[in-house]
Amino acid sequence: MAGALANQIIQGILLGGLYALFAVGLSLSVGIMRFVNIAHGDLIVLVSFVLLSLTSKLGLPLVLATAIVLPITFGGGYLLQRLLLQRVLGQSVLAIVLVTFGLSVIVQNALQGTYGADTRLIPGGDIVTATIHLGGGINIGVLPLTIFMSAVALVFALDRLLYRTRLGARIRAVSDNVASANLVGLKSAHIYAVAMGIVGVTMGISAAFMAVSTNFDPTSGPSRLLVAFEAVVLGGLGSLWGTLAGGIIVGVAQSIGAQFDAGWQLLAGHLVFLAVFLLRPQGLFPK
Amino acid sequence: MTSTPSHAPLLSVERLSVFYDQFRAVDAIDLTVGAGEIVSIIGANGAGKSSLLKAIIGQADRIEGTIRYDGEDLAGRTTPQIVAKGIALVPEGRRLFASLSVEENLHLGWEVGRRNGLSLDEVFDFFPVLRERRRQKARELSGGQQQMVALGRALLADPKLLLCDEISLGLAPLIVDQLYKLIPAIKQRGIGILIVEQDITRSLAVADRFYCLLEGKVTLAGRPGETSRDVVMQHYFGL
Repeated sequence: MAGALANQIIQGILLGGLYALFAVGLSLSVGIMRFVNIAHGDLIVLVSFVLLSLTSKLGLPLVLATAIVLPITFGGGYLLQRLLLQRVLGQSVLAIVLVTFGLSVIVQNALQGTYGADTRLIPGGDIVTATIHLGGGINIGVLPLTIFMSAVALVFALDRLLYRTRLGARIRAVSDNVASANLVGLKSAHIYAVAMGIVGVTMGISAAFMAVSTNFDPTSGPSRLLVAFEAVVLGGLGSLWGTLAGGIIVGVAQSIGAQFDAGWQLLAGHLVFLAVFLLRPQGLFPK
Repeated sequence: MTSTPSHAPLLSVERLSVFYDQFRAVDAIDLTVGAGEIVSIIGANGAGKSSLLKAIIGQADRIEGTIRYDGEDLAGRTTPQIVAKGIALVPEGRRLFASLSVEENLHLGWEVGRRNGLSLDEVFDFFPVLRERRRQKARELSGGQQQMVALGRALLADPKLLLCDEISLGLAPLIVDQLYKLIPAIKQRGIGILIVEQDITRSLAVADRFYCLLEGKVTLAGRPGETSRDVVMQHYFGL
């Protein structure tokens, strides 16, 4: 029994890595640009479908397809911010929610029209079934482990980028106060767009891992957004390591909930989120 | 010692008006600043002093008239372009980036500027206290230290023209003395300085020339030594 529980916790932690990957981009846009991108999940699903086309139609290996797509997601994030989101940013909280909500509807319907409503999965090859047996009834999948380690590496890299580089200082300066940044001559629109480009890169990475590890269809976006949002709020707004912790908490709660009943998996995640949110509304590691 | 610009001044503002919606904050003023010259703008609250500086740095909503700098019309230039050409602002209220360290705040000044001139070490020589606190966040500094960072940030841009907006506001007299002692040293580097101040005594003491603004118009211009204090006060209050 104890072994089974330990196993569930470990699976939950690994699942949390995937959730953290979804959430880390949202964490950046909430923490730095201070808006919630309602289309965050849908954009990840969009990239997953692009990867599906590259791998199934063109026969590219997923790693190569991802390497091709990442610069495009950077550019896409940059242009999305520069041409669309920047126009409504700072006007009212509602305006940007409505714009990204509209974007979410557009992306979902465009995907339905292009790919149909079928559920998809990109075949990942041997890595999907490869397992490390630790004994005591604990088995670790190589793919979930890879995803988890990628999430840790991504959070580490983003944290360094934001807090140890000149680019990061510029981004934080604009985030601190846009009016002051404009006054001293920083190109705040460009700097925000670069930050959104970085968010785009995190979307590309999470899209690749999601596409091989879970089923997705054109309407999967909102549920990804919900989990990502829970991870961001649990961890504390603006804290990247907190977002990783938040993702792990949701993952573990879901994993243990599923032990009692398969139907409890999602509910347990939401209940734990609500419980922590009531006790610590500022999150675990607020900035 | 007074330095009169010999031919084309570094900055020349001609018939400049600055608007906020329908309100005319600055009304057709003419003004020049030469290289290595300290020019003081005095005037009561709402006289249009800060609006003038905003217009020069490219942050005013709408302007009429021309602003010439270094032989070039600044019309249509963005603030980053203007700063990169060598105009730096020490904004009212300091406007530091509160969550950034002292060093990060200072370095941003270098990044947006001409990427030349003064080094971080030289700024720390001006303000030794900042060297000790270089890793601290700007919000943890005292008001006077924050003003030093704001001035240092502007100097690191290697400006030819320095705009100072109310640098004495809310600071202890001792700190203000310290800051104003640096102004002549900055002038020595050939930098033109435009000072906006409500503290008339302080700003006239360092200025080569001054302009008095009242309700957006220049009511008096001259040299501090050649104008009596009574005349200045009359124009300041519009009596």
